[in-house]
Amino acid sequence: MAMTDVAHDAVDYVRPAEVAEEELYHPKTWLGKYVFSQDAKIIALQYSMTAMAVGLIALVLSVLMRLQLGFPNVFSFITPDAYIQFVTMHGMIMVIYLLTALFLGGFGNYLIPLMVGARDMVFPYVNMISYWVYLFAVLLLLASFFVPGGPTGAGWTLYPPQTILPGTPGADWGILLMLVSLGFFVIGFTMGGLNYVVTVLQARTRGMTLMRMPLTVWAIFTATVLALFAFPALLVSAVMMTLDSVLGTSFFMPAIVSMGQTLDHSGGSPVLFQHLFWFFGHPEVYIVALPAFGIISELISVHARKNIFGYRLMVWAIVVIGGLSFVVWAHHMYVSGMNPYFGFFFATTTLIIAVPTAIKVYNWVLTLWRGNIRLTVPMLFAIGFVFTFINGGLTGIFLGNVIVDVPLSDTYFVVAHFHMVMAVSPVLAVFGAVYHWYPKITGRMLNESLGKFHFWVTFVGLYCIYYPMHYLGILGVPRRYYANGVTDFIPESAQTMNAAISIAAIIVASTQLVFLYNLAVSSTRGKPAGDNPWGATTLEWQTATTPPTHGNFGKELPLVYRWAYDYSVPGAKEDFIPQNVPASGDTGDAR
Amino acid sequence: MVLAIILVLLVVGSVLFHFLSPWYLTPIASNWGFIDDTLTITFIVCGFVFVVINLFLAYCVYRYRYRKDRRADYEPENKRLEWWLTAFTTVGVIAMLAPGLFVWAKYVEVPENARLVEAVGQQWKWTYRYPGTDGILGTVDIRHVDANNPFGMNPDDPNGQDDVLVSGQEIHLPLGSPVKMLLRSKDVLHDFYVPQIRAKMDLVPGMITYFWFTPTRAGRYDVLCAELCGSGHYNMRSYMVLEEESAFNAWLETQPTFADTQVVKVAAVGGSLVEQGQQVAESQGCIGCHSIDGSPGVGPTWQGLAGRTETLADGSTVVVDDDYLIESIAAPNASLVAGYPPIMPPYQLDEATMAALIAYLNSL
Repeated sequence: MAMTDVAHDAVDYVRPAEVAEEELYHPKTWLGKYVFSQDAKIIALQYSMTAMAVGLIALVLSVLMRLQLGFPNVFSFITPDAYIQFVTMHGMIMVIYLLTALFLGGFGNYLIPLMVGARDMVFPYVNMISYWVYLFAVLLLLASFFVPGGPTGAGWTLYPPQTILPGTPGADWGILLMLVSLGFFVIGFTMGGLNYVVTVLQARTRGMTLMRMPLTVWAIFTATVLALFAFPALLVSAVMMTLDSVLGTSFFMPAIVSMGQTLDHSGGSPVLFQHLFWFFGHPEVYIVALPAFGIISELISVHARKNIFGYRLMVWAIVVIGGLSFVVWAHHMYVSGMNPYFGFFFATTTLIIAVPTAIKVYNWVLTLWRGNIRLTVPMLFAIGFVFTFINGGLTGIFLGNVIVDVPLSDTYFVVAHFHMVMAVSPVLAVFGAVYHWYPKITGRMLNESLGKFHFWVTFVGLYCIYYPMHYLGILGVPRRYYANGVTDFIPESAQTMNAAISIAAIIVASTQLVFLYNLAVSSTRGKPAGDNPWGATTLEWQTATTPPTHGNFGKELPLVYRWAYDYSVPGAKEDFIPQNVPASGDTGDAR
Repeated sequence: MVLAIILVLLVVGSVLFHFLSPWYLTPIASNWGFIDDTLTITFIVCGFVFVVINLFLAYCVYRYRYRKDRRADYEPENKRLEWWLTAFTTVGVIAMLAPGLFVWAKYVEVPENARLVEAVGQQWKWTYRYPGTDGILGTVDIRHVDANNPFGMNPDDPNGQDDVLVSGQEIHLPLGSPVKMLLRSKDVLHDFYVPQIRAKMDLVPGMITYFWFTPTRAGRYDVLCAELCGSGHYNMRSYMVLEEESAFNAWLETQPTFADTQVVKVAAVGGSLVEQGQQVAESQGCIGCHSIDGSPGVGPTWQGLAGRTETLADGSTVVVDDDYLIESIAAPNASLVAGYPPIMPPYQLDEATMAALIAYLNSL
């Protein structure tokens, strides 16, 4: 069985094929090739560009929030209602429509078939539909900016009852569009997700045992499995809330007097919604984090010219973290009014997750140790990720430990923590990944000077934004406040800090334009990359052409003889040996 | 080289920031010093890990930077090292979790002799209820809530007649004796939050939640809402006054019981008409949405309101006079000011109360 393979021993023999290769679908029209494409690589680009476009909107929303927080009463168009609408849409877009879509729909689609040695996803047609359903979900969501009352301002967690009551902006149209859009997102994702899982399980090339797969594939695969289990909880809660709102049912709505009016609801449970939401919401954290883990493992190993340290433990850590992520959800609810005895259980499970997570961090750092580190732009972002992830991971221990969470929950400490661990770190991983794989996607390198500028401003800037924010939270400044007003325990200096954070945020946000410029210009004017500019071992760098064409590998699929991390093998001619080189090819010419 | 230096600077800067920043826990005013202690333990363990790993990271980046003539080590696994690191991490986690759960066990066990006090939340104000001389809180139901019975007291429950109802802006508590805060919401989620107490808990409509603490330091502290509750969330404020038992008892004496509220009207509290109006505005929660200093809010500011010309949602304009104010209080959505959501509930005030409120509005 594959799992018992000694991961790093190369072989000379790969079993013969049992069935003939299936013929690929070949598009006949321009539309079929580039728009309604069934090629995972095109779909990946469609997903990525849509996600980045909508992410740009969320970025602008965050700048608007920072304007209000840093300079209250200066921008009269930012009303209290507008502010919480920005908060809500920023959060939901970033978590679901940007990061989830980008990591799974974007990187998943591009990398899985190429890295496991498949010609395409297993179900290309469903894969195509997946993207168009996602696009429809995005359009529905954006439409809520244009309906009466605007988008919902319920917070991205959409906690009832306020979500559908008149004291919250967007309680009539905005929230409905949000719920319907989420429903479509889940449907679209499920189509794509099944594809990723089946492709990894069934379409790996010969010799690509599970324990020879690159960690990127392991991570995206596990994240997809998590998503397939977790998203249904979001779907059912969206359906029930829609019914509460439209038909007046009472799944989440108890008896209420809202704004002087006695409502017809009775008997529903707001806490039930929170359980459903976080049953989805916590795995969601890892749906975003795991792909970042995988990508970082890849980047660090390639650019340190050293095998990833402790590969098997890294795989198990991914799987264990994924499993545990389903039994920790209520650590988001320590002060929600649920039975307080839950606290013992969920604090314990949550802190257990710290162990496999710490192992991942140790192994990244130990991979660098005694490596031969090339500080390329992808490597800079990878090291930046490790730094911010250590910070964000450690503050997670504060919030996971139930009693420590009590004073910190609903303060800026929470905001700082989850941005550090779920925004800054994954975004640094995304940037690293883009700089790393862009040469394969376009055949050209991104401009290195612009890349370095982008890295330094983004990395140092983001850290300076979020690190001090923790201390506002420890002081007790509550989150989701339009203005702090006159509050005795908040000193004047906190407002100065807020202004400084806002200025840093504006600088970091504008710097992303440099990145977009680099993406656009380098696609035609960048330095030609060649097939394997980084000297990497994994299969996507061994394609016949760059960028890879339809079918990925030309006439013959590559055969895999070794694990994905043969870097600096003693006695080998080069400091890397691609996965498709047999054991006897070790000492000879690696190509 | 540059990266290694920057990483070291960020580590050093973070540690310095921790010790030098003016923002840290507020001085505690309850018995939950244990919470601060577990926070400190967590800071020590996590801070140690943060510094050590990141300095090692910086060292690696510097020491093993690329040289053409060098090869990286080839070491796929090192079981011994991996086991040591796992064990070390496990010990660190236990060192933080064990005291945490120990304190949590105290937190969930409410002392038998705790005094019951109820905080009631609604968009966007706080009210409070104390059991009367019988020590029992009367039963309540959301169906009993109306303008004359904002707490939803069961009028037929004899235990409730002597309950003390506080609609003002303050909750008072005596020092030194444990308090069980019962939390009840009439509409949406809220969270009763006083930073100096450390403990906090959501209010959930449809159920009663609670937490307990013992006040230890006299003072007047901000009460905030810590769970997003709609447009006026950030303005849902009140104060907690912690004082000696005698002062507390004297204060409690002056507050009306439920039976009192059924005969005495809101405005009959004494003082000038403007002062009475100010009390009405505070007790009815008006200032949660309407600022009195000109700052923007969920509703139009009251500063300079009287005589101002407002543009209405239908495009017409109106000069604000007493008649317009009375209409806007009794039927807020009839002539809504442009740019504001139609979310203000109608208020049925008796004539004297209305007169007081209008006098207050005209004084601003």
